[in-house]
Amino acid sequence: MSGLIELRGITKIFGRGENAFHALKGVDMDVARGDFLAVMGSSGSGKSTTMNILGCLDTPSAGSYHFLGQRVDQFTADQRALLRRRYIGFVFQGFNLLARTSALENVELPLVYRGENAAARRKAAMAALDRVGLGPWAHHTQAKLSGGQQQRVAIARAIVTQPEVLLADEPTGNLDSERSVEIMHLLQELNRDDGVTIVMVTHEPDMAAFAHTIVRFKDGLVAGYEHNKEQV
Amino acid sequence: MWMTSLILALKEIRRHKMRAFLTTLGIIIGVASVVIMVSLGAATTQSVQASVSKLGTNMLTIRTGFGFKAGGGAPPPNFELDDVEAIQKQVGGIRAVAPQASTSATAIFEAKNWSTTITGTTDDYFAASQMEFSNGRSFTDAEVAGGKSVCVIGDTIRENLFDKQDPVGRNLRLKDISCEVIGVLTKRGQSGFGPNPDDQVVLPIKTVMRRLTGNQQVQAIQVAVDERYDSKAISGSISQLLREHRHLGPNVEDNFMIFDSKQLSDTLASTTRMLTGLLAAVAAVSLIVGGIGIMNIMLVSVTERTREIGIRLAIGAVAREVLMQFLVEAITLSCIGGIIGLIFALSVVALLSMALDLPFVFDYQISLLAFFFSALIGVVFGYFPAKRAASLNPIEALRHE
Repeated sequence: MSGLIELRGITKIFGRGENAFHALKGVDMDVARGDFLAVMGSSGSGKSTTMNILGCLDTPSAGSYHFLGQRVDQFTADQRALLRRRYIGFVFQGFNLLARTSALENVELPLVYRGENAAARRKAAMAALDRVGLGPWAHHTQAKLSGGQQQRVAIARAIVTQPEVLLADEPTGNLDSERSVEIMHLLQELNRDDGVTIVMVTHEPDMAAFAHTIVRFKDGLVAGYEHNKEQV
Repeated sequence: MWMTSLILALKEIRRHKMRAFLTTLGIIIGVASVVIMVSLGAATTQSVQASVSKLGTNMLTIRTGFGFKAGGGAPPPNFELDDVEAIQKQVGGIRAVAPQASTSATAIFEAKNWSTTITGTTDDYFAASQMEFSNGRSFTDAEVAGGKSVCVIGDTIRENLFDKQDPVGRNLRLKDISCEVIGVLTKRGQSGFGPNPDDQVVLPIKTVMRRLTGNQQVQAIQVAVDERYDSKAISGSISQLLREHRHLGPNVEDNFMIFDSKQLSDTLASTTRMLTGLLAAVAAVSLIVGGIGIMNIMLVSVTERTREIGIRLAIGAVAREVLMQFLVEAITLSCIGGIIGLIFALSVVALLSMALDLPFVFDYQISLLAFFFSALIGVVFGYFPAKRAASLNPIEALRHE
């Protein structure tokens, strides 16, 4: 497994002066290609902040971030947008699908920004929806889909561009346990069968149990790495 | 990038029909109210000017009286034929001068009768007041000089007494005299003030004086001014002449009045211009109200749209692309609203101008102004909230409540 992401001495400070809050205090972290990594920690431990920096949604205050061997921590907003467009897929706790928009069109959206033509978009989006088992629901709008189905659409949207890494921030946070297990199985399949690298933030040990590697955060620092031999 | 933005914008408009409708409604109201008000104002102005021009643009009417002040004492003396002759001979720049000796009488033809105004004058009267003949002829000099029993009738008389018969050559009874109809005037319509020119019987002035009124009094004088001369100056010289004739000392007020139809039409025109200005002001207010409507709906949807922007940014849209999409959306909605507003306004103006009997006037400058102003508001208030949202970190945009 080769290195995909390399964080060194990452710090993140919110606010200034007396009110400054040190969310990250020097995080070192590596993600290998093909890994399924769970980031765990209590709230305020810095796991979400790390996730945002990994996803190039936010920039670190200090430290270095190498993505595919290139240093990206000083990228401008536009450069980061283009990086996300090419290499990163997101799955959020709140699904974040566009309102009043069919599953198919939601999944096509990243391809629109990539400038793919309509036929290619449709084909790729349908394939992604089939992959997550939602082919028959392609023309349903967000409001007509259950929470589990919405999260599957979001996963399809994240993988339709065949990204280097899929970042999932509490992907099962809004779902019941049965639906959560289904989503975890899906992620596991994508990782195992399609070779998608996954980094997932969760605070539930049951969900982390699906990953290969578990990284524990505490007080803005990495507290430990753990290879999960008993992957579910 | 333009193509992508256009596709995305049109998709968003289709998905959010209610929001799109409310935005365009604001613009429709703004554009339509301005165009309707200004067009109707302009149509009214035109219609007033048209009825003023029926008066004859350069006509002076001289009557006795003390102007608008409350008069006391004896009524002012009437004019005499000498006055008319003097004006004709001593004042330059005049096309025609005609005395008017008026009375009223019942005109009788066979079993029908019609009570009407009798005007005693010369053949210059028709030229001075720009009247045309639909049938027959005017008086000859001999008929005027000799006080013959001939008459020219207005269209109302023809309609009421002769029905479909040709009146020329027939005899009409007025009080004790019988006179031959030699001409019929073209229907002219009430021009807004003065007696109805269609409801009169015109005779040579001597005939009226001798056989109907029994005196030498001239109640009014009509003067047609040559268009190349200034009616104000001519009115001044006539006034001076009449003062001499009527023996008015330097400190005595005029006991006659000169109505200048040009002055009247100028006054009416400036009044209607003022009216149009007022309408334009009302229209401007409605444009602003419409603009605030547009602004509101744009700002209300900011929360929803901020989340949308967050999603788009997270999946890899560059801020510029998102902004372009919003700009295209705002421009599209504003233009659609503007066009619907214009079409709506033109239909309303067309219907109203038919119903109110006004000319159809389309002021394209005001219409364009209204269109662009509304579009500008739509674009500005669609664009700037989006610009702020697009400059946010995607995480913050997604969290926006």
